[in-house]
This record gives sequence, structure tokens and C-alpha cells, in this order.
Amino acid sequence: MSFLSYLINGISLGSVYAIIALGYTMVYGIAKMLNFAHGDVIMIGAYVMLTAMTSLMAPTIPALLLAVVACTVLGVVIERVAYRPLRNASSPLAVLITAIGVSYLLQNIALLVFGANTKSFPSVVQLPALSLAGGKLVISSLTLVTILACIVIMIGLTLFIKKTKAGQAMLAVSEDKGAAQLMGINVNGTIALTFAIGSALAAIAGVLLCSAYPSLTPYTGSMPGIKAFVAAVFGGIGSIPGAMIGGILLGVIEIFGRAYISSQMADAIVFAVLIVVLLVKPAGLLGKKIQEKV
Amino acid sequence: MAMLEIKDLEVYYGVIQAIKGVSFQVNEGEIIALIGANGAGKTTILHTITGLIAPKKGSVIFEGKEITKVPAHKIVSLGMAHVPEGRRVFSQLTVYQNLKLGAYTRSDKDGIEETLQEVYKRFPRLEERRNQIAGTLSGGEQQMLAMGRALMSRPRIILMDEPSMGLSPILVNEIFDIIQRVSDAGTTVLLVEQNAKKALSIADRAYVLETGNIVMSGDAAVLMDDDSIRKAYLGE
Repeated sequence: MSFLSYLINGISLGSVYAIIALGYTMVYGIAKMLNFAHGDVIMIGAYVMLTAMTSLMAPTIPALLLAVVACTVLGVVIERVAYRPLRNASSPLAVLITAIGVSYLLQNIALLVFGANTKSFPSVVQLPALSLAGGKLVISSLTLVTILACIVIMIGLTLFIKKTKAGQAMLAVSEDKGAAQLMGINVNGTIALTFAIGSALAAIAGVLLCSAYPSLTPYTGSMPGIKAFVAAVFGGIGSIPGAMIGGILLGVIEIFGRAYISSQMADAIVFAVLIVVLLVKPAGLLGKKIQEKV
Repeated sequence: MAMLEIKDLEVYYGVIQAIKGVSFQVNEGEIIALIGANGAGKTTILHTITGLIAPKKGSVIFEGKEITKVPAHKIVSLGMAHVPEGRRVFSQLTVYQNLKLGAYTRSDKDGIEETLQEVYKRFPRLEERRNQIAGTLSGGEQQMLAMGRALMSRPRIILMDEPSMGLSPILVNEIFDIIQRVSDAGTTVLLVEQNAKKALSIADRAYVLETGNIVMSGDAAVLMDDDSIRKAYLGE
């Protein structure tokens, strides 16, 4: 039974990575940039949630909504102030370095506002655990909620992109910004929307992550951020199902590595697997090379 | 009054001047050809008209309204569509999705459906292949898709950049037939072409562009008989 419970825990952790990875992969697919501050948006989301629940005594759902709204605004502001002015810069490195700068800025703002002490995160999901096979396999309600949230987000996002005009505009911008403008699509607006969605998802991921690992510091977002980036590359950066599969595989590999090989080596194993995958499939699992016909 | 008027346009790429004070007019219902060699500045002019490039000097006036500083994404809803060089269809989307994106600025559902049927009627190949991914179409089909996509916005003027590029002679004839029919249906056409012979054969008037300047203009039929044009552009 322990194998099954590791697997479920892995899927749950992987679901958090997948939700974060969606933000990375959408922004990369549409704005063609790596937003290395994405992990720190998660941390801000968790702090907003914590503050809302402890200082404002807000119930779970309104507190979560507040965190989502705060991160959405934060994501749009970051894009507008830090990234948009550099969109046509001659070197793509300019915006990459700025993203790293924004990441440190957010960490230091959190340090200033919330302090360096580790804060303990309240438990957000207070439902009874699911007990299977006569109590041999117990799945916590948080684990179930996390996996469910991931599934709902995946389906919602897929429908949004397939069925809505804004979703189709995203696909058009991701392929050819100039041609998209000729269709009447506002490219800046579409990119801002992408940041808004990615950051809203980051808030949800932050709350789920800190509920599972309830200690919050200004650096909480950086490691999950990097791992989610790895997950996005693993699945094929730019691909939404790729981010999902990459995230979940990463979570499962990490938990299995920790359980069966070595808890200290777990992160190293995750990165080793990435290297092997990229050697075999340089574009990632679902990344595709488009054949262009002239 | 001209439908589209370009006045003293000057465009730079960094320090290099690509367009050196170009003026011309397109009247309603005309087919105007802009011909010239590679690098003469034809595409640059179209990109400046639709706002993809900002000019340093000069103005673009469409139906009496100055549009020089209007951003590219707001041009199409004014009634001007641009079929870019190299088709630039959305290669990962289906034919149908590409066409729907052509009507992005419209919100009249029934009207869009009606235009879609018109486009399918004009390009039966697109209807047959409506669920096919655009990147897998042949060059001629992609050109038809790019034109159909532009027509989805129901433009009053359509700008076409090198529609014959890379196509076989039979397809070139087919594409030019379609342009003629689009014009007959009441849409004004500004056509940029390296294939001067074909362009002059369907155009009402033409402008000849050389390294950023208009060096000659007039009735297409007259230009077709001009000795210098025949030598330089018609290969005779």
C-alpha cells in the first residue's frame, strides 16, 4: 500500500508543479520569454492568503479570492512595468535578466513587509480524509483537493483556449505577432491577459503548496518555481498538456526518489531525469517541431 | 477624393532610409499595382500603411481620416485588410480557425457565417480542407487561405503583398483571376508584385518603385507598352 500512497502523494505534489508550470509555459508560448519571477508570485500569493486568514480573519474562500486577485494584478503590473518596455529589445537576454531582477525584488519586498521569520501556514482544507481498503490507504482531503484543482484548471484552460475568442487570439499571437495584429488582435492586451491567467494560477498553486508544506518564507517560491520550469521544459515548453504531464511526472519522480532512493538526493534525481529526457527528446515530451511548407 | 492617400512618406530602418518621400493615391474600385524589384520598398510601404512600421515623415489618409498613428490592430476594423508577404497563415491552426480569426474584430455572428459561406464559395478548396491544419496546405492553398482570411473582415480595401510568390504559373493565373473577381465584387485592391507583367495585366493604374522612390506612374496599359518598363521589368 505504501507504493500507492507514494504515487498519490507524488501526483498531488506534481499537480502543484503542473499548475505553476502552466504559467511558465503559457507566458513562454505567447510572449516568448521565461518569467523567472513566476515562482515568487506564488510566494506573494501565499503571504496574501496567510495575512487575509490571520489578520483579517477572512474565511478560506474569500481569502483565496483575495490572493488570486492580488497575484493577477501583480502579474499584470510586472508585465507592464518590467517586461513590455523590453519586448522589442535587441537582445532577448535583456528581458530574461530583468525577470531575475524582478524575482529578487519580490523576495526582498516580502522580506521587508513580512519579515525573515518562517511563518506557519494555516490548514486551508478541513475536510475528513478519505480512507480506502479498510484504513490501509488514507488520502488526505488536501491531496484530493489539489489533484481535483489541477484537473479542473486543465479542463477549464483547454476549453478557454479552444472555445473563446481570447483563447484563439492567444494561439494567433503565440505563432505570429505581426499577422495577429493584422487580424485586429491587440497583442499587448493578449500578453497581459496571459500574465493575468498565469499569475492567478500561481496564487492557487501557492496556497496549495503552503498547505501541504506549511512553512512560509520569502524564498518559498523559488525552488518550486525552478522545478515547475523544469516540468514545463520536460513536457515541452509552450505546450499546455506538456506542462501538465511534465508537472505530474516530476512530482511522482520526486516523491519516489525521496521514498526509495534518498531523501537528500531527490532534487538531484529530478534534474538528472530532465537531462536524460532532453538528451533523448530535445523539445520535451510533447514539444513538437513544426514542419513549415513554403 | 481618393480612398487611400499616401503623402510624402519617409521610412527608416535605423539610419537607412528605405522610403524616400513616396506619394500616391488609390481611388475606390481601382486595382492599383505597386511594382518594382526586390528591395525597392514595396513591402515597407504596405507595412507602414497598416501600422506595422511607423514612418518618420508623411501621412496615410484612409477615407478622409488620418491613420498614420493608428496602431496596427485597429486598422482592420476601419475596413482595410492586409494579406502579408509569405501568406503568414497560422500554421498550427485549422483552415476554419484561421478564417474565424480573420473576422476577429466582428461580433455579428450571422454576418460572419454569411461571409464564411461567401469565402467558401470563392475558394471551394478551403471548404474541402476546413478542418485541416493550415501548415499542411500547399503554397497555393495557403495563399487562398491568407486571402480568404483577409476577406473575412469584409474590407473595403485589400492590400496584397506578393500573392504570386513561389507559385507555379497555373496557380499564379488562378490567384490573379481571384484578385480580379474580388475587385469586381466591389473591393478596392492595392497590389504589390514582382511579377510586373501579371500585375499590370489586371491593374487600372500602377506605380513603379525604385530604391524607395516612385520613378514612374500611370495607366497600367500605357506602362505595359513603355520601353523602359519592358526592358527593366517585363524581361523583353
